Amino acid sequence: MLWSLYANVLVQGVLTGLVYGLMALGLSVIFGVVRVVNFAHGEFAVVGMYAAFVLFRSFGIDPFLSMLPIAAAFFVIGYGLQRTLINPFVSRPEHEQFILLVGLAIIMVNGTLMIFGPDARSANLPYSFDSWEIGTIIVDKVRVYAAIAALAVAALLFAFFRFTATGVAIRACADNLVGAAVVGLDVKKLYALTFGLGLACVGAAGALMVTLTDATPMIAPAFTLLAFTIVIIGGMGSMTGAIVGGLLIGIAEAMASVLIAPSMKTMASFGLLVLVLALRPQGLLGRRA
Amino acid sequence: MKTTTAITRRTAMAGAAATLVAPAVVKAQGQTLKIGSLLPRSGFFAQAGQSMHRGVLAAPELLKDLGYNVEIIHIDTESNADVARTQAERAINDGCHVLTGAFDSGHTLAIAQVTEQRQVPFVVNVAAAPQITEQGYKFLVRNFQTGGQLVTNGLRLIKDVMDAKSIKFEKAVFLHANDTFGTAQRNAMDAIWPRVALPIELVEKIAYDPRAQDLSVEVTKIRSINPDLVMCVTRASDAIKMVRDMVRQRFQPKAIISPGSPGFYDEEFYQALGPLADFVLFGLPWANPKANMTQAFERAFVKANPNNRFAVDSFNAGFAFEGMLIAADAFKRAGTTNGPQLMEAVKATNLADHVMIGGPITFDAKGQNPNIGSALVQNLRRVPTVVLPKDVAVAEPVLPFPAWQGRS
Amino acid sequence: MNPFATLARLVDEAPRRALLLLAALVAVLLVAPVALDRYLLSVFFLIFWFATVGQAWNIMMGFCGQLSLGHALYVGLGGYVGALLWVKFGISPAIAIVPAMLVAMAFGAVIGWLGFRFGIEGVYFALLTIAFAEVARIGFDNWSFVGGAAGFFIPVSAAASPVNLRGGPMLFYYVALAMMIIAFILCAALRRSRLGHAWLAVREDAEAARALGIDVFRAKMAAVVISAAMTAVAGVVYGFYQNNLFPSQTFDIARSIEMILAPIIGGLGTLFGPILGAFILTPLGQILIALVEKIAGRAIPGVNLVFYGAALMVIIWFTPNGVWPWLKKKLGIPEGRE
Repeated sequence: MLWSLYANVLVQGVLTGLVYGLMALGLSVIFGVVRVVNFAHGEFAVVGMYAAFVLFRSFGIDPFLSMLPIAAAFFVIGYGLQRTLINPFVSRPEHEQFILLVGLAIIMVNGTLMIFGPDARSANLPYSFDSWEIGTIIVDKVRVYAAIAALAVAALLFAFFRFTATGVAIRACADNLVGAAVVGLDVKKLYALTFGLGLACVGAAGALMVTLTDATPMIAPAFTLLAFTIVIIGGMGSMTGAIVGGLLIGIAEAMASVLIAPSMKTMASFGLLVLVLALRPQGLLGRRA
Repeated sequence: MKTTTAITRRTAMAGAAATLVAPAVVKAQGQTLKIGSLLPRSGFFAQAGQSMHRGVLAAPELLKDLGYNVEIIHIDTESNADVARTQAERAINDGCHVLTGAFDSGHTLAIAQVTEQRQVPFVVNVAAAPQITEQGYKFLVRNFQTGGQLVTNGLRLIKDVMDAKSIKFEKAVFLHANDTFGTAQRNAMDAIWPRVALPIELVEKIAYDPRAQDLSVEVTKIRSINPDLVMCVTRASDAIKMVRDMVRQRFQPKAIISPGSPGFYDEEFYQALGPLADFVLFGLPWANPKANMTQAFERAFVKANPNNRFAVDSFNAGFAFEGMLIAADAFKRAGTTNGPQLMEAVKATNLADHVMIGGPITFDAKGQNPNIGSALVQNLRRVPTVVLPKDVAVAEPVLPFPAWQGRS
Repeated sequence: MNPFATLARLVDEAPRRALLLLAALVAVLLVAPVALDRYLLSVFFLIFWFATVGQAWNIMMGFCGQLSLGHALYVGLGGYVGALLWVKFGISPAIAIVPAMLVAMAFGAVIGWLGFRFGIEGVYFALLTIAFAEVARIGFDNWSFVGGAAGFFIPVSAAASPVNLRGGPMLFYYVALAMMIIAFILCAALRRSRLGHAWLAVREDAEAARALGIDVFRAKMAAVVISAAMTAVAGVVYGFYQNNLFPSQTFDIARSIEMILAPIIGGLGTLFGPILGAFILTPLGQILIALVEKIAGRAIPGVNLVFYGAALMVIIWFTPNGVWPWLKKKLGIPEGRE
């Protein structure tokens, strides 16, 4: 009985962790290249959730499909945002970027409150409540789908950075900014592309999240903190690190709930964070700046 | 800086002028009572705050029909104690004679300090921390149950429904949010459960982090204990997460009963879960469906909020309205807006006709209304429906739960 | 160092114009309550309070370059220690600020030691500070001796007793004003001190500072510990102001962020920045609430906050280093002096 409890919890932790990982991936990609910590990250995820909710409620589009147009729209938003708002701040100190993005976050939280109201919104798919029973383990359908989708998006992003010319150019920017500029890369454009890609990840993750949990304007800061924690554990700027960090947090929180107490579960992720930082200050897969 | 000093001077002069002509002002305003309604309409508690606000919106018309003349100032506390406190000061500056609020116990206490020092009556409409009426405030009354009363009544109703349906529960689990309200309920549960001696074994009490994104692990844990009764104190949207994960994990208790908490009767709960929202039970003070005042209030509510259902807002809106009613009635009897005199009248309240279930609204020496009753409410066809006690019930309780699968 | 000598030196070195301005400002604030109503007193309390904690945070970030996003931790610790000692043992907050400071310093030292010993820097360090604040929140939520998540309450008594922080808004106005002035003088003295110079060197370039023979670790530790102690004092006052403490509100990350807006908006690393920032942001929040009410006729939840967020963005856009450096130029106060 006890073992089946642990196994169940572990599976849930892994599946949830993968979606968390995708959400954090966007933050990590942006930081790794543009060197801006997007403190409005969770707010973008929540807007993604609302977008998927609206598309489902009004047009009946399954969030697993609508995540593609949402990601595309978020890419455009991210591109435009970097070009207009963020770019002047790229070379400015962290705390100034912080104020800019905190201001943006406050606008987004209260904007969603005004538009959608404070009620929790979720997408009720026909299979929202279905689950599979494998031996003594029960897994939710949507959780599995969301995890698979998260992995797929992450894989696409990896492939982009490895195999396309633009992706390689962006990585060059991240590795050596001066060198990239010298060989004639349009750094501004590459930054905008990266910010767009980062937001596309968040948008997609938001669409997936709305199948798992409910959107309210007030959960945004919690998402930001979660993504931030994951990325720091995995290593800022490391893409694999974000996924690994997501998995670790998912598992740690789930196991802490059964082994210690559910009310203490976020303590586990912070414990993990302190431990990782003490042993590897740059995060598990991060590189020393 | 410049604007601040400008405001300062003006307000100071206005204040001085007001003191000089004070008797005239009281007489001139003697016709209407200005009530400041402080609610968390944005921020963390926005969902509940806006639900209560809908009740406030419906109040003026009904109060007018009842012969009371009030003007209401709507104030958003932004779920922030600092804002609650400064805005309470500002409301009184702007001429509010009574304040009502404020849903969160912390905000309520922040406002109470202001009203106490300024000798302005404060009618607490929702806030359960026992300490609110234990602090010795002289300008505060509470028309809401304390955490202890909520649990005592909730547990008694569980016993009543077991008798009424002659159903037995063997094992129970108590799940609660580890927040201000949830912990107060847990403490009350710890104290009261042994005394009520229900023939149920309470196997485990589980506290969950109110900031958690899902309750899947908590539900897995409950499932491994396999109780036939789940008692819970959730907060708003957590109730959705709990039921959703129970369905996904195919955990089918005989009943889910809340001994007093928000979550199961909010519109978002029905929207998110559809038929799965049905049959959940909760013991709470509730609008008395058989009272005339409630029916009149429902009409005013629907008129003021055409897009909202009265049934789901009746708890929040009902208490919000009663707060206004208490203030208006006291004003009518006192015939003055003078704080101490108005407060005397508030303390002497004796309202037999009102919205919520229970005896007449009165206040004891500490300012607590001891007569608020609780009802057992069950979601039937996505409508919260009173099923116990018998004298106010409009339907029979359905127990044990029908299976999750195959509902419509 | 002799504090009076330092003070005399500070007065000596400061430009006349700035000194006059400062004296005038203090004089105005001292007599202002005569003309202020209770609402404005409560707003000014918040201004002074945020100026104080902003000043404290500024020591760490502005002087020494260490980003803390978890300063609510020290507010909460101060608040709880002060309240606990008063409620459970009847110890006056005037005395309790000492243990409150010590507890906060101990926590600050642990965070600092972890961070600086293991080379955790920048946003990594910032998250470490958040982590401690969050762990404290969850810890206090589950610690029933202090009421857990149900909150801890200071009984309200009718008798005014300034030493025990029992009284009305006037008392808290002056307490917070005193706190702000003391924090200002302390920071001014610290910045002129040897330690202050070490901090600036560390902030600009830690490696170079080390080469100059500065003990970087010790300088950073001093910044964290002093900052924590100052914040804890403000925490004690805040606890007695509200008379109740709830972990979810006291240790909230939103609180930590609220606390650092003023010093950045005002001007990071400057002495007037945190004060100016608080004088801008707190009234701004209040004015926006009143403005929306005036224009729309009633409060529309969220609107005022949208404008507040926009205002933050606009201010940081046009005055990159904060408002004080910009204002200083306009006032003709020479660079490098305050």
